[in-house]
Order: sequence, then C-alpha cells, then structure tokens
Amino acid sequence: MLFLLVCLPFLGALAVYPASRYLHIHPSLVSGLTATLGLILVIHNGMAVYEGDLLLNQQQWMPAIGLSLSFRLDGLGLLFAELILGIGVLVIFYARYYLTEAEAGPRLYAFLLLFMGAMLGLVLAENLLLMLVFWELTSLASFLLIGFRRQDAEARQGARLALFVTGGGGFALLAALIILGQIVGSYELSDVLTSRELVANHPLYPLILVLFLLGVGTKSAQFPFHFWLPHAMAAPTPVSAYLHSATMVKAGIFLLGRFFPVLAGTDLWFYLVSGMGLSTLLLGAYYALFQHDLKGLLAYSTISHLGLITLLFGLGTPLGEVAAVFHVINHAVFKASLFMAAGIIDHESGTRDMRKLNGLFKYMPYTAVLAMVAAAAMAGVPLLNGFLSKEMFFGETVALSWLGEASWHWLFPLAATLAGILAVAYSLRFIHDVFFNGEPRDLPKLPHEPPRWMKVPVEILVVLCIGVGMFPNYTVRPLLEAAAGAVLQQPLPEFSLSIWHGFTPPLIMSLIAMGAGIALYGGRKWVISVHDRLPLQLNGKWMAERMLESLFSFGAKIDRLLDNRSLQRYNFLLLISAVAVGAFALQGETLFGSGEATPASIPALVGGFLLAAGSVTTAALHGRRLVAVIMLGLVGLITSLLFAYFSAPDLALTQLLVEIVTVILVLLAMYFLPQTTPPVSNLGLVSRDVLLGIVAGIGVGILCYSMLMQQGESISSYYLAQSKPGGGGTNVVNVILVDFRGFDTMGEITVLGIAAVGIFAMIQGLVLKGPRQDWRGGAWARDPHPVLLVTVSKLLLPIALLVSVFLFLRGHNEPGGGFVAGLVTGVALILQYIAEGSDDTRPRLPWNYLGLIGAGVLIAVLTGLGSWLFGFPFLTTSFTYVTLPIVGKFELASALLFDLGVYLAVVGTVLLILSGIGGLSRREREA
Amino acid sequence: MELTLSILIGTMTASAVYLLLRARTFPVVLGLSLLGYAVNIFLFASGGLTRNSAPLVEHGLKNLPDPLPQALVLTAIVIGFGMTAFLVVLALRALRDLGDDRVDGGGEE
Repeated sequence: MLFLLVCLPFLGALAVYPASRYLHIHPSLVSGLTATLGLILVIHNGMAVYEGDLLLNQQQWMPAIGLSLSFRLDGLGLLFAELILGIGVLVIFYARYYLTEAEAGPRLYAFLLLFMGAMLGLVLAENLLLMLVFWELTSLASFLLIGFRRQDAEARQGARLALFVTGGGGFALLAALIILGQIVGSYELSDVLTSRELVANHPLYPLILVLFLLGVGTKSAQFPFHFWLPHAMAAPTPVSAYLHSATMVKAGIFLLGRFFPVLAGTDLWFYLVSGMGLSTLLLGAYYALFQHDLKGLLAYSTISHLGLITLLFGLGTPLGEVAAVFHVINHAVFKASLFMAAGIIDHESGTRDMRKLNGLFKYMPYTAVLAMVAAAAMAGVPLLNGFLSKEMFFGETVALSWLGEASWHWLFPLAATLAGILAVAYSLRFIHDVFFNGEPRDLPKLPHEPPRWMKVPVEILVVLCIGVGMFPNYTVRPLLEAAAGAVLQQPLPEFSLSIWHGFTPPLIMSLIAMGAGIALYGGRKWVISVHDRLPLQLNGKWMAERMLESLFSFGAKIDRLLDNRSLQRYNFLLLISAVAVGAFALQGETLFGSGEATPASIPALVGGFLLAAGSVTTAALHGRRLVAVIMLGLVGLITSLLFAYFSAPDLALTQLLVEIVTVILVLLAMYFLPQTTPPVSNLGLVSRDVLLGIVAGIGVGILCYSMLMQQGESISSYYLAQSKPGGGGTNVVNVILVDFRGFDTMGEITVLGIAAVGIFAMIQGLVLKGPRQDWRGGAWARDPHPVLLVTVSKLLLPIALLVSVFLFLRGHNEPGGGFVAGLVTGVALILQYIAEGSDDTRPRLPWNYLGLIGAGVLIAVLTGLGSWLFGFPFLTTSFTYVTLPIVGKFELASALLFDLGVYLAVVGTVLLILSGIGGLSRREREA
Repeated sequence: MELTLSILIGTMTASAVYLLLRARTFPVVLGLSLLGYAVNIFLFASGGLTRNSAPLVEHGLKNLPDPLPQALVLTAIVIGFGMTAFLVVLALRALRDLGDDRVDGGGEE
C-alpha cells in the first residue's frame, strides 16, 4: 500500500507528457489528480496512525547489502506526507494559473511530480539506504526544478549551486547512515530507532553526528551552508513556493526529527545542533531585512525559520520537539502562501523589487489582505498560527536559561527575542513597503487583481493560518501529537495550545519583539545605510563557486598530466598499472604450493622452444611485417600442437582453423598497410618498453607457475559425471558449450556477431590505396587466378564441406561441434574467394552474411526459448539417438539445433569479415 | 613441465607487451594476437596438464583432462579472432581517416 503510494507520483510523472501530447489533457490536471489521490490515500491510511499504530510495509530488494523496499507510516511521516501532498496540490493548482502553457508545459508538472515522489519516498522510507536513494533523488529533482528556465544563466547557476551543496551534503549523509547501520547491524529504521544506547556510546558517535549534520545542514540551508537557497529563487515562483515552504528545505529538518530518538540527548548534539540553529536563525533574520527582492526576503526568512526549528530540535527537551514539529507545520503553511502572494504581485506588476513596489493596496486590495495575514503569521502576531509556535519557542528558551545548567544559557532567550524583533521588522517591510508607503514607481505593468482562481490556493492557506491560530486544539492538535510522538518515541509531555497563558515571560518577549520590531522598521533607512556600509559581506556563493572552479581546474590538471591524447601512452599506463596491481596482489602470498611437477619430455621442450623463439622473433622483427606474420603463424600452429599434446583435441582443431583465418586476415590487411615499420630512433623508449615487457612476462610466469603448483579439487568432476546422463553427449567440452554453459555460448556468439557488425560498419565506404610495388621494390604480382589454386580449391570444396558436416554431427560425442565445423566451412569458402576472386565467388554464395549471423543467434535463442514450451528452464536440452551410416549412432538433441545456431554465426562472421576486407581491393581497382 | 610452460607463457607475454607498446598499428595487432595465445594457454593450463587423453567420457572417467577450461578457451579463441579482425579493420579505417598508420596519429615515437 505505502509502496504504491510512493510509486504514484512517479507514475503520474510518466503519464503527464503522453496525456498532454496525445490526449490533450492539461498536464496540471494529471498531476493535480495524482497528488489529490495521493493525499486521499495518506489521509485514509493516517486514521490508524492517530490511534498510535505504525504501518510497516516490508519487502526485500537487495538483502545482501541490507537494502530493502520497506516503508513506514508513523506520525512524523504522516505529517510530512500530508504537507508534501497537500501543499503540492495547491502549488499545482496555482501553477496552472500562474504559468502560461508555453512557460510550463508538461515538463514542469512532470518534474514537480518527480520531486513529490522523491520527497514522499524520503519521509516514508523505513530502510536507511532506501531513504538515501530518495534523498539523492530530491537533490536531483530540485536541480531540475530550480534550473527549469534553462535559457536563464542565473537559473542554471542557482541550480548548479544547489546541487553542489546539497549533493555534497548527501555524501556526508551517506557515510553517516552507513556507519549508523553498521553499528546497529541493521538498516531498518525500526531497529535503528531502538538502539540509542548502542549508538550514543559508540566511539564513532561524534563522527556520525558531524556527518549527519553536514547532510542536514546543507539541505536545510543552515549556516554556513545557507547561501545556496537565495540563489535557488531563480526558479519559477510555484516551484519556490513548493521547495522552500513544505518540502526540499524541510527534508533536513525531517531527518533531525527522524533520527532524534537515536542521535539526540548528548551534549554534542545540544552544542552542534542548537549552535547551528541559533546562528542560522539570527543570520537569516538579519539578512532578510536588507533584501530588496520580495522573494529574496522570503528566502532569507525561510533560512531564519529553518534555523529556529533546528534550534528547537537542538534543545532536546520534549516540549521543544513539540514546538519544532508545530513550527514545521506553521511555517509550511504561511510561507507557501507568502511565496504565492509574492508571485501574484510579480505576475501582476512585473517586478519584485520593493524599491519600486509601493502602495499596491489600492490596486489589489484583496490580495493585499491575504498577504498581510500571512505576513502577520510570519511575524508571530496573536490569533495566527505563527504566534503559537513562536510562543512555545520563546517559552523553551526561557525554560532553558532558568534551568541554569550553564551561566551563558541566558543568551538563548536574548537571541530568540532579537530574532523576533527582526522577524517583525522584515514582515512589516513586506506589508508596508509593498502595499502602502506612497505610490508605485515606474512599474512595468499597471497592477491589478489576479484571476480569481489564482487566489484560491492562497485563500485556503490563509484560512489555515487563522484556523490553526484561533482554534489549535480542534484543528492541528491530533496531527501534532501523532508527529511529535513519533519524534520523541515516548509519551508526550503535557502542553496546552492556547492563545492566552497569562502574563508570562514568552508573552513579554513577544511584546518586546513587536514594539522593537516596529521601531526597527521605522528606522529602516538608517539601518539599511549602516548595513550597506559594512565592510564585511559574507558571500557564500562566491566562495562555493571558487571552490568548484579550483576543483575543476585541479581535475583538468590531473587530466592533462595523464592524457596527452596519445593512445600509445594510455597503453603504457594501462599495462604498467596492471603489472603494479598484480605485484601488489601477490605480495606476501605463499606463491608455490606443494603440487607435484610432471617431468618434461623432449617433444614438449622442442615445441616450447619453438614457441618462445617464434614469439620473440615476432617482437624483434615486427619491422619486417611479412616475416613477423609468418612467425606469428608459427606461434599459432605450435599453440595448436600444444593443445593436442595436452589432451585437448577440440582446442587444437579450433586453434588450427582460427590460425588459418587469422593469417589470411592479416595478409589481406597488409596489402593496404605500409609493408614495413620505420625504425624507431628513440632507444630509451624502446628499452623502457622492453623492460616493461620483461617485468610483465616474469610476473605472468610466476603467476602461472604458482597456479600450476597448487593442489585442489576442480569443479569439473560434476561435468564429467553428468555429461552423458544429463547432456546426452560424451564430448564433455561440447556438452558444456551447448548445454551446461549454453547461456555463455549464446552470449559469445552474440559478441562475435556484434564484432562482425562493427567491422561491417567500418568497411562501409572505405576506399584504400594498395601498394604499387613490394617491399623490396619489385613489381607487385597481379595474377588473379592461379591455376593450381583454382583446381585444388575446386576439388577441395566438396570434401571440406563434407568434413564440416561430419565434424558438426559428431561434435556431441567426439571432437568437433558447431564452432569447429563453422570454421571449416568458413575456411573452405574463403579459399574459393582467394582462388577465384570475389567477383566470381560472391554470386555463387547468395546469402546475406549479416543475415546469416542474425539467423544463427536467433536459432540459438529460439532453441533456448523452446524449452519453455515444455515447461523447462531456458536452454534445457532434450535428446534422442539416431543412427546414420558412416557417422554412426549420434544424438539428435535440441542442443544440436543450438549448435547449428553457433555454426551459422561462425560461418557468417568469418565470411563477412574476410570477404569484406578482401572486397576492399576490388573497390580500390574501381576507384 | 610446469616450469617450462610458465617460462613459455612469460616469454610470450613479454613479447606481446612489447609489441602492444609500439607506435604503429600493425605491431599492436600482432601483439594483441600474441597476448591472446598466451592468455589462452594460461587459462587452458589452469585445468592441469594431462597427457594421452581427451575429455571424452565414452571409456570411463579415469585420467580425464579438465573439460571446463577447454570449453572456455574454445570460445575465447573464436572471440579472439573476432577481436583481432575488429582491430585490423579499425587500423585500416584509421589509415584512411588519419592518413597514417600511427596509433596516435603523432605523439610518442
């Protein structure tokens, strides 16, 4: 159920575009309905939560790393889910009237839903790792939303800054939660939340806390990471209203509440969290006063309010948590409505600059009243919701100083009052500067009331402000109790939500804040001029950008160091790294086991010597290319003998045939390539490479020797024992290929096909110039049809084809099979090409070679699928025996059909490659 | 025998690495081919060295070589051919497009 709920916005995001493109349904309708449906589901499921139930929904995903698709719905999750979906519905509704179709389009609504889904997943996740996944997703989705106006440089920069800061914090959070999960031994929240003793006494606790707060602080714009938030105002206003009231910036706050039962209650928590909150509270409030942009004011005030909530969490008192949760709700409600009001003003007057906006009351009285109520709630005026939580906040700071644990705790009520004064002053500025204070100055548009429906979301929110402010016990109390209970994980303290508590210290603080705030606003001209003359202006954006820049230039330096656009050098680095890694891995290992060595025989020594000599000669004489190719051919042939000598007839056959086609291939290519390699003058470089080669050779040699001297049981006895009864064949290698490991083989012929397709593509349109003379300077022989070869090849063809059929059919029991038979056929046909030229041969082989490869792979796949029809797993073999003359009794198995696929793919590949390269010379003649 | 084989594979690897580091495409193709042989023999040898037999179970299960490395190497040989061919054609294409058979089209020589 919860899983579906989280999926819902993502599904909606997918549906937005097709619905608007093909069904002409306005994207806001799809997204609005999605959000509304989600809200209904949450409210419906939330009924049980009020009773104190906890909905858990667990499902395995990747148990090996502790990641599960588990979701939980408790009070805290319920509160946030309702905010996310409820305000989401209003924001979508608002955006519908705020943005024209050309401005928004399906893209905006899809992003909004994506973001909504990410937030929902975050607040409902039960598994820590799952939570992190959604956390990162919110960062990404907000990046897309902030940078929505992608043609606007400021929006792009703001989006990048937000991603840089919050993404960086995400890393820290990742580390924190992983350590946390490792300590607890489980990534499930239910286990983590009950492990406070274990975690708080763990030596890594300070590290966890710091990393955790880095994640929280960056996301929730806490000092000193607050600077990204004002720049995120480049987003369209509906996005700002959503991200900066109820969702994005509240994600960090949510985590504070979520992990409060595990991490809070220590001195370190108190100092770090309340310190961060306190400085953010004051700094945000101070800067808010000096903004000239309406949205800028709201942005800094958001920072300040987030600081307030963080501070409350930092205090760690039960009543403080209730206040914190309460303020989360209130802030979301009044800030969303204020952003929307600011958007309306911007929309109808064309500017957000408070130096130009004055006296708008005359032009839009109705909007003005709505905005004034919301701003009053922000200031903490009685009868509105902001007053109640601010009162509780004041009360908590007073209580803290009265407890008198430390003498300097009197700072808290002082700072709270100061922040209150500033809040009153900036709220007053929002009201008075914009709606009164003379006449508007050269506005781009003549302001007027917005369309009726644009005001509806603001109205709803303002009504909520008043409703909660006047009748808190009937409106918000159940939700608040459920959410605060989930944060505290213990019985709630007694608290009363009422407007009049008597003449208490908090009330006095409120009165001081009101009076001093009004006075401060009165003297604003002087205050602003003093502020403007302050020499020190903190500019976090500038610092972050410098950091980013130096990071990039550092990266570019490293890049230049490694990359001089030379593949040869890459190769060197790659190989030397491989050698280094190998040497490192072998360090301290017992290299040589006690395996018994078999005595060397004379033929083996001779073969070995030839093989070694052949490879060294290939390397030494690579400048004389024809000689090198002959040497390489020698190496291939002896390798084939080696396989035969050590009881691998299938390998010997395959190697022999591949050697033939490889030599043909290389010779064909040599025709176009230069015939010699110019000698290299830099001897230092040569000796460097020789040295690396020798080191690598010694390393591989040691590795090989140590491997051969190990003793151990191979897993192959299973294959040997099961080959006949299970696979129906006696040639175990072939049975492994087409049966036991048939899936691998299927992949391998597919790879082969892909290589062939790549080659086909590269050959297209390739015209090369051949040489006019050979490397000795003699004339190039052009005898197209040597009679001897033509005669022999004609004779050979039917025999070769017959042999390949023979090899193919007996493959399951004796050496042979699809690979070998395919190679034999390929070689036989290529011989025709060589003898008679492609002009004569091609018409006689009227197949499309690419099609041949495709058919081969397809047959292999279909054979595998065929076993599904009979209810067996993919690639199950069934077989029966048939007797043919000469070949003898052989098995007719579905594996044979599979082998046919292999055969066709191999034939197609060989022909495609060789005839393709061979054809180049004809193109050259024509060109 | 084991020592001989190890030295052999080491020699082949050394020659192959040297060739891979050359500046022209052709020796690199040779080097990759050679390295392919060395790796195939290495993999094959991991199943142990058995003489005078074959992985055929018709006549009982005594003194049989390990069939698994053989099966793996068999496909590796064929794929090695595909890779060599790809590289060869890439070299031809580079010759046409860059007008030169250098690995980098300039750079270290």
